[in-house]
Amino acid sequence: MTRYSIVSLARNALSHHEHWPRLWRSPEPKPAYDAVIIGAGGHGLATAYYLAKNHGVTSVAVLEKGWLGGGNTGRNTTIVRSNYLWDESAAIYEHSLKLWEGLSQELNYNVMLSQRGVLNLAHNLHDVREGKRRVYANQLNGVDAEWLTPDQVKAFCPILNTAPDARHPVLGSTLQRRAGVARHDAVAWGYARAADARGVDLIQNCEVTGFDIKSGRVEGVVTTRGTIKTSKIGCVVAGHSSVLAGLAGFRLPIQSHPLQAMVSEPIKPVLDCVVMSAAVHVYVSQSDKGELVLGAGIDGYNSYAQRGSFHVIEAQMGALKELFPIFSRLKMMRSWGGIVDVCPDASPIIGKTPIEGLYVNCGWGTGGFKAIPGSGFAFAHTIAKNEPHALNAPFSLDRFVSGALVDEHGAAAVAH
Amino acid sequence: MSQRFRLPSGGRVDRAKTLRFRFNGRSYEGYQGDTLASALLANGVHLVARGIKYHRPRGIHAAGVEEPNALVQLGRGARSEPNARATEIELFDGLRATSVNVWPSLAHDWRSINGLFAKLLVAGFYYKTFKGTQGLWQRVYEPMIRRAAGFGRAPTLPDPDRYDHMNEHCDVLVVGGGAAGLMAALTAGRAGARVMLVDEQSEPGGWLLGCGASIDQHPAPKWVAGVVAELRGMAEVVLLPRTTAFGYYDQNYVCLLERRADHLGRAAPAYSSRQRVWHVRARHVVLAAGAHERPLVFADNDRPGIMLAGAVTTYVRRYGVLPGRRAVIFTNNDSAYETALALTQAGADVVTVIDARAEPGGALAMAAREAGIRVLDGRVVIGTRGTRRVSGVELGRLGADGSSAEPTSERLDCDLLAVSGGHSPVVHLFSQSQGRLRFDETLGAFVPGEPAQPQQMAGAINGLSSLALCLADGLRAARAALEATGFSEATTMAVPRVEPEGQSGALRPLWLVPGHKPIGRGRAKHFVDLQNDTTAADILLARREGFEAVEHMKRYTLAGFGTDQGKTANLNALAILARATGRSIAETGTTTFRPPYTPVGFGALAGTEIGALSDPIRMTPMHDWHVAHGAAFENVGQWRRPWCYPRSGETMQDAVNRECLAVRRAVGVLDASTLGKIEIVGPDAAELLNRIYTNGWKTLRVGQVRYGLMCREDGMVFDDGTTARLAPERYVMTTTTGNAAIVLDWLEEYLQTEWPELKVYCTSVTEQWAVASIAGPKADALITRLAPSLDLSDAAFPALTLREGVVAGIPARLFRISFTGEPSYEINVPSDRGLALWEAVMEAGAPLGVAPYGTEAMHVLRAEKGFIIVGQETDGTVTPLDLGLERMVSRQKDFIGRRSLGRADTRRADRKQLVGLLTDEPSVVLPEGAQLVRKDDATRAPPVPMIGHVTSSYYSAVLGRSIALALVKGGRGRHGEIIAARFDGRTVLARIGPPVFIPKPEASSDG
Repeated sequence: MTRYSIVSLARNALSHHEHWPRLWRSPEPKPAYDAVIIGAGGHGLATAYYLAKNHGVTSVAVLEKGWLGGGNTGRNTTIVRSNYLWDESAAIYEHSLKLWEGLSQELNYNVMLSQRGVLNLAHNLHDVREGKRRVYANQLNGVDAEWLTPDQVKAFCPILNTAPDARHPVLGSTLQRRAGVARHDAVAWGYARAADARGVDLIQNCEVTGFDIKSGRVEGVVTTRGTIKTSKIGCVVAGHSSVLAGLAGFRLPIQSHPLQAMVSEPIKPVLDCVVMSAAVHVYVSQSDKGELVLGAGIDGYNSYAQRGSFHVIEAQMGALKELFPIFSRLKMMRSWGGIVDVCPDASPIIGKTPIEGLYVNCGWGTGGFKAIPGSGFAFAHTIAKNEPHALNAPFSLDRFVSGALVDEHGAAAVAH
Repeated sequence: MSQRFRLPSGGRVDRAKTLRFRFNGRSYEGYQGDTLASALLANGVHLVARGIKYHRPRGIHAAGVEEPNALVQLGRGARSEPNARATEIELFDGLRATSVNVWPSLAHDWRSINGLFAKLLVAGFYYKTFKGTQGLWQRVYEPMIRRAAGFGRAPTLPDPDRYDHMNEHCDVLVVGGGAAGLMAALTAGRAGARVMLVDEQSEPGGWLLGCGASIDQHPAPKWVAGVVAELRGMAEVVLLPRTTAFGYYDQNYVCLLERRADHLGRAAPAYSSRQRVWHVRARHVVLAAGAHERPLVFADNDRPGIMLAGAVTTYVRRYGVLPGRRAVIFTNNDSAYETALALTQAGADVVTVIDARAEPGGALAMAAREAGIRVLDGRVVIGTRGTRRVSGVELGRLGADGSSAEPTSERLDCDLLAVSGGHSPVVHLFSQSQGRLRFDETLGAFVPGEPAQPQQMAGAINGLSSLALCLADGLRAARAALEATGFSEATTMAVPRVEPEGQSGALRPLWLVPGHKPIGRGRAKHFVDLQNDTTAADILLARREGFEAVEHMKRYTLAGFGTDQGKTANLNALAILARATGRSIAETGTTTFRPPYTPVGFGALAGTEIGALSDPIRMTPMHDWHVAHGAAFENVGQWRRPWCYPRSGETMQDAVNRECLAVRRAVGVLDASTLGKIEIVGPDAAELLNRIYTNGWKTLRVGQVRYGLMCREDGMVFDDGTTARLAPERYVMTTTTGNAAIVLDWLEEYLQTEWPELKVYCTSVTEQWAVASIAGPKADALITRLAPSLDLSDAAFPALTLREGVVAGIPARLFRISFTGEPSYEINVPSDRGLALWEAVMEAGAPLGVAPYGTEAMHVLRAEKGFIIVGQETDGTVTPLDLGLERMVSRQKDFIGRRSLGRADTRRADRKQLVGLLTDEPSVVLPEGAQLVRKDDATRAPPVPMIGHVTSSYYSAVLGRSIALALVKGGRGRHGEIIAARFDGRTVLARIGPPVFIPKPEASSDG
């Protein structure tokens, strides 16, 4: 792998940038691999990378129906944080955040992690109670977290409307300073390049159409580019997880919903942190390119079409204008949708399936981007060792039988 | 001299109405009917912007929404708007605009030194560099990149303008008021269909407004005026100028943005909204959106004075402006000859056409040659000169395969270079509507293929270039739309006759014009996306590095990512990629066309649903009384509820203490109107309750009330409340305030999807009833004063029953239920009598010492008794058993969540269970949410194992100390244990005990 640096950039400038190598090869699929990952999104690529790096499994193919990084990895609002309530979640998201913090150096690719701080606003007494509870839990879990009063919120984000007479006034906020945003495409490309350098075959335009399963064990995968033999398959396809599980003959407790995001026209820096509000319902940050990056809630219906409904956008713009009255004359430049895979407890599934040798990593719902490094790390372990890592053991598919759920949305939205 | 480049006559500007405006601090004049761009050109101002990356001088490139360069900051103060396109801004008197992203000035912009480092600033350079350490990136590089990025600035004040939304249905929505759109609208309108015609410009007509042809023997603009007048006279036709169809969703749902006041400047009437978003449901849609001209990609094709040929024609003919006196026209197709003719007719000094084709054919080319215009064919522009304005071009002879050009000695001086690389149909909305695109090799462009919704495409969007064909296509499309919607033509329409009529010559596809040196070498730049400074070399680099998918190329080079969304750039970019990868353009495919077609203001999208209207505020019938009596409110869901009623000099805590004591010692009254109330009616009502609630409902008799718990399928508590049986088949259920709608949805979901056989209706009656909850030892006395005839004895009116009667002269339902442990009555009266009831209660209770109490006192009172609050003691992870409510879980019947309660995890002994906590120090009130750890872990550094958390915590005035409820692992087996609460860096020791602080008296039936 050619190392990237200002020196290599300057050297290549002398030869008119005509000698840069490819970031990844474009190989034909081989007849067999030790492991096959389905889905070349961030999670799949990270899994392949850690399989090769941490477990020495280099005979790996990552199969991608379209172009790598083109699903939710390239469609999300790029928020990275680890301030989850429960111990199980905090552990894996915090592990992920720690990996994020060294990722540009590890991958020799600038993923532009910007730890500018994430505010989760509280707008009623219930929000305040739950926000503080999360801060206290985070602190005891070793996750950085602070509670800000409305005045402190105003000081941290001066353009935010903290007026007490707002329809849903800001009563406080959690703050995780180490949280922030990253460049989503760069994460996919960086992992892809690093995995390729370790021998992983990234095979784009290769759709999985079936599984070769004998006596409850996977023996291969059927694709639009032929059948590939393998004894280990990691399925990381987000919104289409249920579809692939269906091909393999089992069901997942996943609902697929459209989730929209959008950007404004690029403007000069105006917002230096990430602001999220569950009650008013919008989240916003400003990209390094100057665009405000916005998202809100899912579309209520189930869908596999990567587009959503217009009224959802209008509703969140009302919310945005409430929080940031000065944004009214900015313009939405582009909107798009992705399909999110939502579990009943709003936590992911990472682990074994009823089929021997077939593993799933799904159910990240609306918040998978932040987990990419940690998820890949743990999933690679699971595939290599045929048993979960301590980080993902609580996120097994079995929990929907045992009842050991990790409910990360239960703490919200109930008021008396 | 003012307006040096304004032609003495012609155009659609009103020379009698001079408008003054300022650009970058200098004053200029223009005319009514100008855009900011045409007015600047009339004053000879070509330099209006700088490139985003290299900060090279940039000029006005286009004449419409496709403009990539001329972004300005429009207006000042609260009405300032960033990134407005000069080509779209209608001039008004007093307009002020400034260039964006330049410092200290447009003419002398310090970041133009970036040009010196251009060799380093190639596509994606920032992924390869700036990553030494996280700290350096965060503190040095990222701020540097952020400061360099972005165009205009956000206003610093809230927007004073209003926006609104409108819903409309129509038979035929015609998008685009050019030749095809007007023809389609006229045809549909005459047939009596309800037609909407929307056009993004100030007046319909499109390029007909600057067209030299005649239609039915009238100059094209006159024909347009006739059609528009006829359309305006039709009752069923809505004509919306200044309106952009920006989003096309499923079921022919099209969203429009109407700019109602922007063109009026300060003269905008106060009653008008600034902009309006229309939600249109059309039975049929005719997309007549036209086509955008593509530039050619040649060396240094970005200088001011290099413009799209069609835009030059528009400035000359529609605005009466001469964009240059010495013009070179560089084209690969016939359309630019119209520009040559227009310039010549307008009196330009020298006009030369450089045609990449070896044998330019076509009628227009012939006409130009006949007019004496010099044509150099088989030639291309291989370089340009000029700093703040193009001053000359260098020519080369194009090889047969188009991949190389032999430099010639020809050098042409010029102050205007008009380019045309062909036309790209505006397929954005078609593509948004999920229609499939098809690449047309002869046109060198994508055209609509199979539509996915009831729609027709008409005119230039189909790749048609001649006016006659566009008019005919408009008629054809309208006929198809009429047939689909069941209308018939009133009178047979004919296609108008067009003169001159001639055949166009074929276009020579030319995606990348070779220069002196191979692409990427030398200093020349072949710009593909002017707004993002993406060059052909960037695209070739992307391909080299493996970004071969068109979406990868776009993301890596940023081509097409600008505020113009690549309207002039996208096809050239993907064609260059296609050629580099050896694939066809069709195989390479386009990136997805995403809404909106042009940017839409956040304020317009939000409409009127802002401020107090952003979410309905719900107030009880007694609200005004609460306000008048100094209540402090809290928001609970959409409701405003009195939190407490502080008197002067009282702190909130003082008020809560006083209210609690009043309830325990005398009597208090709570406004409980906000609790959700659902009437459940039908022969299967009891069966429904039995399935929804964890406890049994079959034995409840008429007149009885029962407390119920409901779970989700996972066995976790989801809501609670009392339900009363009013009649054999009629029940009224109460829910928590915040969950009222959610519970109704829950019931409906089960009734509609799982149990459709149940004969039962559910109706929300929350707002039909006002509720005053009377609680305290003197509650009976108070009720007796209000309803003297009511027998309140335990025998006549036992706990958990209801009675109907007259209270304070108002027909009422009385429920004897208690959430405080004191004798309590909930008086329900029709909403419109709520205030009268409340006032009667206060008056009758005055001698008894009645006090209104708010939600906080209610919370304290119930916690003293150990009653839970859903959402506080529960968080979606708590079962009835965890709460110690085994008695609420029936073993006799099935109910939602029952099976989950038998699962391994829900049977664990160390589940978190509800307990009471008493702090060692009675005055310390733990914060709610404080985490609990073992005493041994009181000072341990993180990570610390947590065994639970505080769910509710108050100061109890009755007990004179703090109390708290908590969920603790295995809590019921830990009574007596001392644990530590950790919060805010503090540690407080507390003893676990039962979750009841004021036990129920032996004889009481209320506690």
